Amino acid sequence: MERLKPVDVAIVGGGWAGLLMAKEIVSRTTLSVVVLERGGQAARPSEYAARMDELDYNIRLRMMQNIADETVTHRHSSTERAAPVRQYGSFHPGTGVGGAGEHWGGVSNRFLPDQFTLATHLHEKFGSRLPEGLAVQDWGITYDQLEPYYWRAEQLMGVGGKAGNLAGKLIEGGNTLEGPRSHEYPNPPHKMAYMMDLFNKASLDLGYHPYPIPTATLSQSYKNPDGVTRPGCLYCGYCSRYGCMIGAKAQPSTTLMPLLADKKNFTLKTGCWVRRVIHRDQKAEGVSYIDSSGREIMQPANVVVLSSWTLNNSRLLLLSKVGDPYDPTSGKGTLGKNFTHQVSHGVHLFFDKPLNNFMGAGGLGLGLADFEGDISQNEAPGVLVGGAIRATCGGEGPLSSFGRVPEDEAKSNWGAEWKKAALRWYDRAGEIMAEAAHLAYRQNYVDLDPTYTDKFGDPLLRLTLDWTEHEKLQGAFLTKIEVSLGKAMGARIGGIARGVRNHYDVTYYQSTHVQGGAIMGDSPDRSVVNPWLQHWRLPNLWVVGGSAFPQNGSGNPTLTILAATYRAADAFVDRYVKKPGALV
Amino acid sequence: MKRREFITLPAKCLGGLLVYTMAGLPIHINEAEGTVSLALQFFTAAEARTIAAACERIFPSDESGPGAKQAGVIIYIDRQLAGPYGHDRYRYTKGPFLESVPEHGYQGKANPQEIYREGVQKLGADFADIDGSKQDERLRAIETTIFFRMLRAHTVEGMFSDPMHGGNSNLIGWQLIGYPGPLMSYRDEIDKHFGEPLRSNKPVSLAQVVGHPVKGWEEERS
Repeated sequence: MERLKPVDVAIVGGGWAGLLMAKEIVSRTTLSVVVLERGGQAARPSEYAARMDELDYNIRLRMMQNIADETVTHRHSSTERAAPVRQYGSFHPGTGVGGAGEHWGGVSNRFLPDQFTLATHLHEKFGSRLPEGLAVQDWGITYDQLEPYYWRAEQLMGVGGKAGNLAGKLIEGGNTLEGPRSHEYPNPPHKMAYMMDLFNKASLDLGYHPYPIPTATLSQSYKNPDGVTRPGCLYCGYCSRYGCMIGAKAQPSTTLMPLLADKKNFTLKTGCWVRRVIHRDQKAEGVSYIDSSGREIMQPANVVVLSSWTLNNSRLLLLSKVGDPYDPTSGKGTLGKNFTHQVSHGVHLFFDKPLNNFMGAGGLGLGLADFEGDISQNEAPGVLVGGAIRATCGGEGPLSSFGRVPEDEAKSNWGAEWKKAALRWYDRAGEIMAEAAHLAYRQNYVDLDPTYTDKFGDPLLRLTLDWTEHEKLQGAFLTKIEVSLGKAMGARIGGIARGVRNHYDVTYYQSTHVQGGAIMGDSPDRSVVNPWLQHWRLPNLWVVGGSAFPQNGSGNPTLTILAATYRAADAFVDRYVKKPGALV
Repeated sequence: MKRREFITLPAKCLGGLLVYTMAGLPIHINEAEGTVSLALQFFTAAEARTIAAACERIFPSDESGPGAKQAGVIIYIDRQLAGPYGHDRYRYTKGPFLESVPEHGYQGKANPQEIYREGVQKLGADFADIDGSKQDERLRAIETTIFFRMLRAHTVEGMFSDPMHGGNSNLIGWQLIGYPGPLMSYRDEIDKHFGEPLRSNKPVSLAQVVGHPVKGWEEERS
C-alpha cells in the first residue's frame, strides 16, 4: 500500500456535509485539508443544461451512484434473509462532488423544537402508553442551540420563505409551528403556481394554515455572506434528480466549491474510494482507499471526518471496526441503531383542468402549519408525531406524468382505451404529499450483510427495516387530511402516492431521507458521536451527516444536516484545534 | 463483426431529427416506396418486427392520434438494449440470485437484452402477422411478466423521451400532448395560465434548446 504524506484533516465524501466542513476549516485555519470523493467532478451549470433529459436523469437516474458497484441489502426483520436492492427505488444516493446535494430538490425546512428532545417529550406526554420497541432519543442539543446554525445555513444557500415565528412573535402566512427564528428568511417566497393556488384556497376554506415551503432554489438573485452570487430560479422543471442549469438551486458545486477551489490548504481528490478508517489505540491514523487507477493508498491524517452520506458513514465505521455494532436482541452496542427513513405518504388527485405541471422547481409549493409535531389524540388516537403536508410543483416531464388515469377510466394500463384516457387526463394528475416524521424502533437498524459484497469484495450494508402500526396510523391519518384537501380543491381522489403500505418497499421512490446508524447524543452508552459530532471513543474522528439523526423529523433533512455540520465545524475550529481531545 | 440487420419504416415518419441522430450508421432511403431502412443495433429484423407490432398494440396509432409506429419506438428500444442499460451496467448483478418478497422487486439474473430475447420467443414468430385482437390476447397472457412490464414502460419512453434517444420521432409524441420540450425558463408563465393549458404545437428537442448535439446514455460504450 502506498503511503502518502500526512495531512491535518482527511474528509471522506465531498457532499454538503464534507465540503461545508472543508470550507469552514480551510477558511478559518491554516490546516491542510484533503477531501476524498469516490465519484467524479461536478458538472458546470452549462453542462447541466445539456442534461435536462427526463429519460436519462429522471428515469434511468444517471446522476446517482452506480448501484452496480455498491448497493445495500434489505429485510423486514432480523429473522429474514436480506435481498440486495438491485435497482434504485425507495431512495437515491448521489455521487461525485456535491453528492446528493447536486440532485436534491432544495426543500429547506427546519425541524420543530420538540424533535431535538423527542424522547423526553413523548415520555412526558404518553408515558407507559408508548408503543413497544420505540427507541427515540434526544439529540443532545436543543433547537435553541442549533438556531444560530440554522440561520447560517439559510444564509449560505439563500433560502426563500416566510417566517411564521420571528423571535416568538407568530406571523400568519408563515409556518407558525416552527421554533422561534432570529431572522426573517434571507429571500422572499417563490411565485405561486396554479396547483399552489388551488391548495391555498382549499386550505384556508378548511381552516388550515398554508405557508410557502422554504426552498434553496433562489426566488431572486442573491449574494451570500461568503460573497457567492447565484441567480433566481427560472422554474424550468428540471430540478430534483438534475443539477441546476443556471446555479439557482443551492448545490455544493455552486455554493461551496467557488470558495474552496483556490485555497492553498485545500485538495480535492476524485475517484478515491475510501474503504477503511485506519485506527489504533483509540486514535484514527488516516484512511485507506483505492484510487481511480486501482492503486491502494494510505492517507495519514491527524483528523478524519466521515461525511460520506448516511449509510456509508455507518458502513465505513462497521468495516473499520470502530465502535460496537448494535445488537437488537440485547439492545447493546450503538453502531447501526436508530435507522430511520421518512413516512412519505400522499394521495393522487385528478383535476378537470390542466395544471401545466411541467413548470416548477424542486421545492416550489405550500405546506400546512397544522399537522406537524404533536397531533391531537382526539383526532388521531395513537399518532405520536405528524408530518408536513404539502402541495408541490416540482416540474414533471411527460415520462413521469403521462399515463396516470382515474382507476375507473381504463381497465388496463396499455392499449387503445388506456391511450385515449391517458391523453384526456394528461397533465390533470397531481398529488398532495406529506413528509412525516419517522420514529426510531429497536428492530430497525443497520449492520453488515453476511452474503453480498461491493465491487471490492467488502460486505454491503444491510438494512433491517419495516413499518410498524404507528406508521400505518400516521398514513391513515395523513390520507384523511389529504383527501379532504383534495376534495376541497375540486379534485377526484386517486390512490395512495408513495406511501406506507403493508411492508416497507424498496421498489418505489419515497424520499432520499434515510437517517441514523451513527447517531448523536449526550451519552456514549446511547450514541456513537457526541453533540459536536465527534466520535465518543476516537476524539480525532468526526462523523457528520444524516447518520447522526436519532430519528427522522417532519419535513426534509438537508438544512438540519448543514446546521449540525456548522456547529461541528465551530467546535472543531474554536475548541478542538486549540486543544485536541474529547470535547465532552 | 456481426452482420447488421435493418428495419424498414415509412419515411414520412422519420424527420430530420432522427436521421441526424443516426449519423454514422447506414440509412437506406427508398424514395419510390417512401420507406427508410435503419440499421438495427440489437434486434434481428424479425425480432424488431415482432416487438414493433407489440408496441403498436400498447400505444396504437389510431383516431386518438399517432402511436408507437410513427414515433419510431422500436428504434428507441433497440438502442436502449444495445447500450449500457441493455446489459445491466447500472444494476447490481452480483449473486446469489434468490427469490425474495415482492417488496424487493426484480431479483433475477437476466438482463434486459436476455429478457427481450426470451420475451420475443413467447410472443411467437407469427406475432406481427396475426390480427390485433389475437395479438392483444397474447400480450394479456404475459401481462405480469418482467418482459411485458419493460415493454410497456419502454413503449411510453419511446413515445415521450427526447428524440436523441431514437423515439419520439419528429417530436411527434410531444406534439400529441403539447409538451413544449425542455425549455429553460417559465419565469413569466409559472404564476399565470391557471386552469388553462399552456401547450406548444412546435415543441423543441434538448439539442435545439442548448444549440449543440446531445448524446444519450445509450451511446456510452465500455
